[in-house]
Formats: sequence, C-alpha cells, structure tokens
Amino acid sequence: MNKIFEVPMYPYARHEDQDAGAPVRRKVVVIGAGPIGLAAGIELAQSGVEVVILDENDKVSFGSRAICFAKRPLEILDRLGCGQPMVDKGVQWNVGKVFFDDRQVYDFNLLPEEGHQRPAFINLQQYYFEEYLVNRVQELQAQGAPIEIRGRNKVAAIGTHPDHVVLDIDTPEGSYNLEADWLIACDGAGSPTRRMLGLDFVGRVFEDNFLIADVIMEADFPTERWFWFDPPFNKGQSALLHKQPDGVWRIDLQLGWDIDKEREKRPENVIPRLKAMLGDDVEFELEWVSIYTFQCRRMEKFRHGRVLFAGDAAHQVSPFGARGANSGLQDTDNLIWKLKLVMEGKAPESLLDSYDQERIHGADENILNSSRSTDFITPKSEMSRVLRDAVLDLSEHHEFARPLVNSGRLSVPCTYDGSALNSADALLDGPPRTRPGSSCPDAPLGDGYLLPKLGNEFILLTIDADGPEEIKEAGITARRLALSVKDDRTLALKERYLGDHESGVYLIRPDQHVAARRASYDETQFRAAIRRAVGKE
Amino acid sequence: MSDTLILTPNINGADDFYADLLAAHEGLTKAESDAYNARLLLVLANHIGERAILKQALAAAALNSEEEQS
Repeated sequence: MNKIFEVPMYPYARHEDQDAGAPVRRKVVVIGAGPIGLAAGIELAQSGVEVVILDENDKVSFGSRAICFAKRPLEILDRLGCGQPMVDKGVQWNVGKVFFDDRQVYDFNLLPEEGHQRPAFINLQQYYFEEYLVNRVQELQAQGAPIEIRGRNKVAAIGTHPDHVVLDIDTPEGSYNLEADWLIACDGAGSPTRRMLGLDFVGRVFEDNFLIADVIMEADFPTERWFWFDPPFNKGQSALLHKQPDGVWRIDLQLGWDIDKEREKRPENVIPRLKAMLGDDVEFELEWVSIYTFQCRRMEKFRHGRVLFAGDAAHQVSPFGARGANSGLQDTDNLIWKLKLVMEGKAPESLLDSYDQERIHGADENILNSSRSTDFITPKSEMSRVLRDAVLDLSEHHEFARPLVNSGRLSVPCTYDGSALNSADALLDGPPRTRPGSSCPDAPLGDGYLLPKLGNEFILLTIDADGPEEIKEAGITARRLALSVKDDRTLALKERYLGDHESGVYLIRPDQHVAARRASYDETQFRAAIRRAVGKE
Repeated sequence: MSDTLILTPNINGADDFYADLLAAHEGLTKAESDAYNARLLLVLANHIGERAILKQALAAAALNSEEEQS
C-alpha cells in the first residue's frame, strides 16, 4: 500500500499562464507548499486575495518530520479552517519521563492550564498536517476562492523590481515566466529563493547528527514523551521516544559528529540500534529513516522589498522544543494581515517592516531557547558535561534540580514587547500575560471559547465596560465584542484580562495579539492605537 | 534579604566548615570530586535563589572583575 506521502496531492497540470503571450501578473505568489506556504496561501485566499502556490514537488512531506504542534499554532489553524481535523487526528500527551544512564530520574505532567479550547500540544505527522492544509485549499477552490497549487513548478530565477518580482519557472513541459506583486518565500531551511537572491543566513552550526526513525509497532508504551540522557543503548548520546497517530513512534537517536551518514541510514544498521533500545522481543516495522544535522541561524532581515521570507527559509532552530513549524505558522499569521492592508492601500508599505521587527524578535527567542536545550543535551566541554550530569543526578533525588533539566523548552507564543505597533500599557498593574504585544490567551465563555469570537479582524474587546459598536479609523474598522466577567463562571476571563480591575477595554489585532488596553474606553486613545497598529502613527 | 553578595567572613566555625568540605572529597577520584563539586554548587545556588546574588557570585569567583555588577 502506498503511504500518503508517496501519492501526488497536486500533480502537475498545464496552466494557461504557461501559454500567455506576455508574463501574467498575479497578486501574491508563494514558493513552497509546506506547512508555512500552505497556511499563507489559505489565509490570503480566505479573504479573497489571489494567490498562487508553487512547489517543485507534488506530494506532501516525505516522512513525519515536524511532529509536535503547540496550542498557539492550533489556534491559528482554527482561523484557517483546519484546526479541528488536526486535533481529532493528533495524539495528545501530558506526561514526560526523563531517563539518565540506566534509570528513570523523574517524570512530569505538563498540567496544561484549564479554560483553553485547544490542548497544549498534539503530535501529528507533518504529512497529515500538510494533507489537511491541502484539503482546505481544495475546499476553498470548490467555493471559488482564488487559490491554486502548481505542482512541479520549480522557480529557477527571480528578478526583483521596486513594485513586483519576475519568476522563471521550470515545469515538466518547459519553462515560463510569471510576475507577482508580492512574493512569499516559504521554501525551507535550504531556501533556493534565499540563495538566488544572494542573501545571508548566519548563525551557529552544531556538530552533531541525529538519526530519526518512524517505527510502526504494536507496543504498550504509554502516550508519553520519553527522553534519555546517556542511555546504555546509545552510550554518551541522547534518545527520544514519542508517539504519533496510527501506531507510529518517533525515535530520535543522537549519533555524534564523525559518522558515515549513508551507512548509518541503512536498515541493517538502524534495526540493531532500535532493538537495543526497544528490546529484542518488540516487533516493529521501519516507516521512514533520516539523518539530520541542524543549525541555529536566521536571516538578518525577513523582508527584502517585495520578497518576504517566512518559516525555516527565514530562520532555523534545533528540533528540541518544537519551534520550527510552530514558529513559521506564527510568521505568516503576523505577516498576512499586514500584507492585505498594504495591498488594499489601507496601511503604508512600512507596516511590513514591523513583520521583520516582530518576527525577528520571535526567531531570536526561539534560537536562544533551542540553543540552550542543545547545549544541555549535547555538552560541548568536559565541565559542561559534568554540570549537566550533576543536574540529572540531583534531579533524581531533589525536586529543585528538575527545572534545570533541559530536553527542549516547548514552544510558547512570543510576546512582541517593544513593537512599534503597541500602544503603552494603560491598564495599570493589569495581568502581564495580556500586556500589549501578547497573543490573547483563550478563555471559556459558557458553551464556547473566546478566541473563535475574535476571528481575524480588528476587535475592540470590552469587558464590563462601555464602548462603541465599531470604530472606523484610517480605513480600519474595529468591531466591538462586549463581554462580562459573568460570561465565564470559571473566572479565567477575569484573571487573564482584568486582574484586580473591575473593567477593561482591549484593542486586538487580526492576529489576535493585543495592541492596546485600558481600564475604560477613551475614543482619542483607541483611535490613536488603531493608527499605531497599522503603522500610521 | 539583602541583594548584595556577602564577601566578608560569614561562616561560623570557618575551620570546621573547611574540614567538612575536605572530608566530603576524601577518597573520591578526580572525576567523582568534580561531579561532587558540581552538585554542591547547584545545591547552594538553589538555596540562594536570587539571580542578582548569583550573578555577583559568578563574577566574584572569576577573581578578575568588579565586586558589584549591576
């Protein structure tokens, strides 16, 4: 039986653009039909912006690759119309176990906070993730939305101009030219777009190799994340076991630097390693094996005129902490509403520079966290290893050492502190988690939840406060969402948005980040906040 | 609690403490002693807790920096 990732999902088909006398101009072209490119395309198409997604391939991700998706990206995917199938299919987990040498040193429960519609994490193979996004694209197409994916369309050259780009595209039937007002490059860590434009990608290379194996087995391992430091079956290295849907288990084995990758990938070399880990009597089948090395690095700028970089094309992190695809989805969530406003002439082009500012802040946070995890997992000096082992030994006996154990700090949304789009916090001593720049935390509202009510437009959220039903300012309309702390008997809404205050008014951006907040409505202040949030103040 | 690292004598029975420290390392190999020191450091650091004090301690132990770093 063919695996899903072996079947073409968007096979090559000749397009009329290939036969046009002069290059056709499209509004937005996205390069790369991976998780980030597809998300960008869907968000554009949902609001009626014409978008063409080009991919040199015609299939979803080969192998599971990114498998851990965090709450914030799931909330974003809800707005893209595909969060539910992912949550339905994904595996939820809360318990982790940490092993050192031949023993378990402790276990933990993530104990996710109550009052959120979405779980803290799901595990889901990237090929399913992409399949659900492609399904959503097809659903939009059936509704007449202006979106298409052109498979086996490989961009061979890019010409940049002040107000458009020109692409040379190779297909199985020869090449053609296409123009675009805007180009979004989501073509991965090895981004050909970045290379064709001669742009930098600097950072730190980690001299290490990891073997990833997806193993299908009927095993009674619980749905937990197991992480080994220096286990007997992989001496001096680390190992990870994590469950995915369909009885597929992800196994990561650190191999060190001086290895022969091709040799290590062969089943006759992989299988003995896995048997040593799982035990001789466990029956398993290899679905996919890969060896990866990684870097922590980013581009100096994500915006280059009419070309915008997102996801791994713009920044790359180590896999510890699930900060790759998760941060890429936050890139396009940040970018697309700004791009739409610029394209509609409702915001100056300079608004796009705030994409650089905000998402570089996010990338740096991810790089910092994932570098620290990597330094803990793979100590680079003798004393670094001594300290690491001391933490692990202590963690078995004393609770205090457990927060120091770092097998990956799992992805949490970035707060855009210091962003030029934020207004000064005017809810004095309000909850820090909803300060301007924060992504809105969810809260239960009777039968539903807060975030779906915010949608993806500007919102004036009033909680036990007066305010107009809408504000129109500088071409932007902010619609009011009037709530009361009484709408949530768990009091999560009050705790997360008011703290000790009796009332609060929030201006919320289309990406559900807080732009401004005060205890009560003030027309002058909120009009200024809207202008500031779209780069006009 | 003061937010300044104490760098004047502060241990009652300094000689006894020092003897305890040596005794703890008695019979250990170099590797075991290194591991022990690392664990001791982490235990003490957790007890102090205050990041500002710990920063000053990291600087003081380096011998070549200013006593106070803000």
